[in-house]
Amino acid sequence: MSQIAYFNLPDVGEGLTEAEIVSWKVAVGDRVSVNQIIVEIETAKSLVELPCPFEGVVTELLAQEGQTVEVGKPIISATVSDGAVGAVATASLPTIDAEVAQSAHQAVADAAATVASEEVMKPLVGYGVAATAGHSRRRARGPITPVPVVAPSTSAIPLIPGAPATSLIAVVPAELNVIAKPPIRKLAKDLGVDLTKVKATGYAGEITREDVLAGAQQASVFKNLSTPEPKSEREERIPVKGVRKAIASAMVRSAFTAPHVSIFVDVDATRTMEYVKRLKNSADFAGVKVTPLLIMAKAMMWAVRRNPTVNSTWTDEEIIVHNFVNFGIAAATPRGLIVPNIKDADKMSLLELAKAIEQLSNTAREGKTTPADMADGTITITNIGVFGVDTGTPILNPGEVGIVALGSIRPKPWVVDNEIVIRQVTTIGATFDHRVVDGDVASRFVQDVASVIEEPALLLD
Amino acid sequence: MTIDAESPLVQFLSPDGEVRVPANLAQYGEYLRELTEQDYLKFYRDMARCRRFDNEANALQRQGQLGLWIPAIGQEAAQIGSGYGVGANDHIFPSYREHGVAITHDIDLISILKMLRGVNHGGWNPDETRFHLYAIVLGTQVLHATGYAMGVKFDGKVATGNKADDLAVISYFGDGATAEGDVSEAFLFAAINQSPIVFFCQNNQWAISSRTDAQTKVPLYQRGEGFGVPGTRIDGNDVLAAYAVTKKHMDDAREGAGPHLIEALTYRIGAHTTSDDPTKYRDEAEVEYWKARDPLDRLEKFLRRNGIGQDFFDDVAHAGEEMSREIREATFALQNPPVENMFKHVYSQQHPLIDEQMAWLENYEASFGGDE
Repeated sequence: MSQIAYFNLPDVGEGLTEAEIVSWKVAVGDRVSVNQIIVEIETAKSLVELPCPFEGVVTELLAQEGQTVEVGKPIISATVSDGAVGAVATASLPTIDAEVAQSAHQAVADAAATVASEEVMKPLVGYGVAATAGHSRRRARGPITPVPVVAPSTSAIPLIPGAPATSLIAVVPAELNVIAKPPIRKLAKDLGVDLTKVKATGYAGEITREDVLAGAQQASVFKNLSTPEPKSEREERIPVKGVRKAIASAMVRSAFTAPHVSIFVDVDATRTMEYVKRLKNSADFAGVKVTPLLIMAKAMMWAVRRNPTVNSTWTDEEIIVHNFVNFGIAAATPRGLIVPNIKDADKMSLLELAKAIEQLSNTAREGKTTPADMADGTITITNIGVFGVDTGTPILNPGEVGIVALGSIRPKPWVVDNEIVIRQVTTIGATFDHRVVDGDVASRFVQDVASVIEEPALLLD
Repeated sequence: MTIDAESPLVQFLSPDGEVRVPANLAQYGEYLRELTEQDYLKFYRDMARCRRFDNEANALQRQGQLGLWIPAIGQEAAQIGSGYGVGANDHIFPSYREHGVAITHDIDLISILKMLRGVNHGGWNPDETRFHLYAIVLGTQVLHATGYAMGVKFDGKVATGNKADDLAVISYFGDGATAEGDVSEAFLFAAINQSPIVFFCQNNQWAISSRTDAQTKVPLYQRGEGFGVPGTRIDGNDVLAAYAVTKKHMDDAREGAGPHLIEALTYRIGAHTTSDDPTKYRDEAEVEYWKARDPLDRLEKFLRRNGIGQDFFDDVAHAGEEMSREIREATFALQNPPVENMFKHVYSQQHPLIDEQMAWLENYEASFGGDE
């Protein structure tokens, strides 16, 4: 006979009380093995991967991605074989009969209470103070009981040994009332939008992509209103080391070895924005992040093919023109600016490129970018528009001779057929190493990029 | 990426797996000549065992089975090598990361896990094992060791003329601990008393999030000189250097040469503890640099070059799996001690204050009954 075992959220630091579920690495029905990484959580201190304590088949994920769970609460259940180490040998991973789990709701809850009250449950190691937080100990014989975090409305109630029957329906976080598909939840998370506060316009109260975006725009309008108090110290000294030091020396090296020349052009990006919207809604791009940066990247590939010298390297003896594009994307990470690149980006389809960009930014955000990811770039884009800036003078990534800055895209007055109309306008800025790229080539390259932004159909060329 | 790379460094086993004994290091090289093939295999087996134990314990902490884990990954050569350089009478005063040294002195590894689970405060008897309890408070063990070494000298157990009776002491600590006053005091007392002690500093380059260069202006092996404690720097990822240099200076200490400081230059590949996230303060490139100088890899290269076949490495891997399974089972089977143990060993005799506190706790626990 098999049993169901639970894995309670451990205190992976010292005295942590809660953690957020960042991503599940397994799904219901998956077979899991001992020490297999099953979930990534984020505590107040760090991102931590949790290894599975038992071998079995996952029956339920008891917490959703993005949800904050108290230490000591079960996060996953699995069917394990009898006598499995990590399932029955310890009180911190209480088990119950799988057959019981199939019983009717009330009977199940009763059974659970009975099973648990007969179990000798010892205090949990490393489960911090939260095991008792929020509810006092009440029962002389029973253990301190975890309360289920999720209580689905179906009969497949997660069976928490020892949970009083009433508490099975007691705690339902507000977020559970939110109806939204996983990509929409992820979008909300990426944009920092609280789904519980978004006005839902979809069918049966479902939150749509537009609802989230509307929420995000509201959020960003008010973002700058919280200005920190002036600091009392007259100055602050930040040690120059690590990534910051590397950035500084790369910038100085670049600015003082390569004579920079910068040019700018305003462009109507309305069609690009429409194209992005269509891509987002297309079945092929479902679940893939599509942004104007993607079109910009593709535009640069096209323009590089027409003006190859912008994709080259200067050595004092020769100019090496690359017939491939290792496409660098400047990424702001908590530790500073880094420029990982997508190898052979010119060989990629639009979909492949979209996935590569998403992966690159995820890796950078997680701080897992390797030195190899950052080596051998040939041309770079920096997306300063995400910070709400119109344009800037980018500095070349050392070893490269071209860099493009994509400014913010926003509605502005624009002259079309001698009339002023509102269009989505952006500024493209670009810097080149004047030793390699002459003014005419630089201008042609930027014009080419701009023309694609104005008319993405050129990519069909 | 090493600090002041020009400083002399005792290295016999290069990262490429080649063994070379420079003429100026012949005094240490002699100790290598005594080693048999079995010794080399033992070194490797124990280093692999240490790493496996480390990984399993780390997973157990992430599963809520240990309150904390303190990884020693990357420091296996410094620990296994020096551990085997310690003699049969000698006493060892570890800090809290010396799982490898514990392995060389047959400490039951479950005892270490018990302590980090909070079941006890260290479950072995230092009188029997000569391996003293882990010291969590930074640097204290260096003073304990120095006091013990002074006692050894007072007992006349140094340079007795009969090597079987002589004994010396070794104390382990990290680069961070050298900034503690305790360590400086220990150097001074050891030097003045010509005590039979070796100070073994594993410089893993990070005191939690502080670099070594934030801790010292001179190379750490020179730290003892002003007190009268000479020092030697070794490649801490070279198990042969760790073995030979430790063995020589322990031998010398037993014969009355006084204290010696060994700085083993190594690198903490993992986090400071499971509560620490090193990605927040150090570059991945630095970690990669040191991973390429892994102590196990270079010994494996050396062994393979000398005809040790795949069978041996398969055996080691298999033994590692066995050990992991045993450790899991033993950890999950651990029982919590009865609550009265908290009060048992505070005083040697019954004490009214302790009785009062214990009664209060019993009363408190009982107050949870009958409320439902």
